[in-house]
Amino acid sequence: MEYLWAFLVGGAMCVVGQILMDVFKLTPAHVTTSFVVAGAALDAFGIYDNLIKFAGGGATVPITSFGHNLLHGAMASSEDHGFIGIAMGIFELTSAGISSAILFGFLVALIFKPKG
Amino acid sequence: MSNKEQQQAYAEKIKPLQPKPPYFMNCLKAFLVGGFICIIGEALQKFYMTYFNFNEQTAGNPTAATLILISALLTGIGVYDKIGQFGGAGSAVPVTGFANAVTSAALEHKSEGIVLGIATNLFKLAGAVIVFGAVSAYIFGMIRYAFKILM
Repeated sequence: MEYLWAFLVGGAMCVVGQILMDVFKLTPAHVTTSFVVAGAALDAFGIYDNLIKFAGGGATVPITSFGHNLLHGAMASSEDHGFIGIAMGIFELTSAGISSAILFGFLVALIFKPKG
Repeated sequence: MSNKEQQQAYAEKIKPLQPKPPYFMNCLKAFLVGGFICIIGEALQKFYMTYFNFNEQTAGNPTAATLILISALLTGIGVYDKIGQFGGAGSAVPVTGFANAVTSAALEHKSEGIVLGIATNLFKLAGAVIVFGAVSAYIFGMIRYAFKILM
């Protein structure tokens, strides 16, 4: 059942992205950036946490969860350090994603040859 | 006629000649591909929660890292581009699309050298996501923090 909801919610988010691309003629880069901002905005109102509880991987795998995690880390660190904590904690939860993207991206680019 | 009017007139003139994208089929493909990637993510999350010491809050980190590794490898062997051609936004919206943007930009500029090619261009496409994410998180964080103090 959890897998079904993950599939449906994750798929629905991708359909929204596809509509933005086809109907409103946005580039994939514009779609992903607006999704990140939307994720941060939804987290600011506490909506995204409920979506994660409900859909699991369907809410954590799309790039909206990147924005959600950025804000979440910032808010958690602002509990301890106040205003400055927002800047300190912003990449706390997403550092695994960013550092692995840098590491694997670099290694793959070193090893493989460009195609096409 | 001014330049802008000419541009508009031209855009109107060629409108009937442009092929219409098959909206429904594109959406269906994006739904299937995106949903499938999310199922893989859900399975990975379950795996990390059962066999390693992760809870629901922290399991997202290794899941994202694993998906990024898979996607980087698929980009390296040229498979992810084919998935992207089929799935459209279904392959761009999940975190795998982020890894694909990082890896493909680095691969594309490999001929310019390791430092000036790969390392400089690593975030050429994906940098926008990080910039907008950090800026918006900063702004929303400030607003929420201000609310918390005032209330």
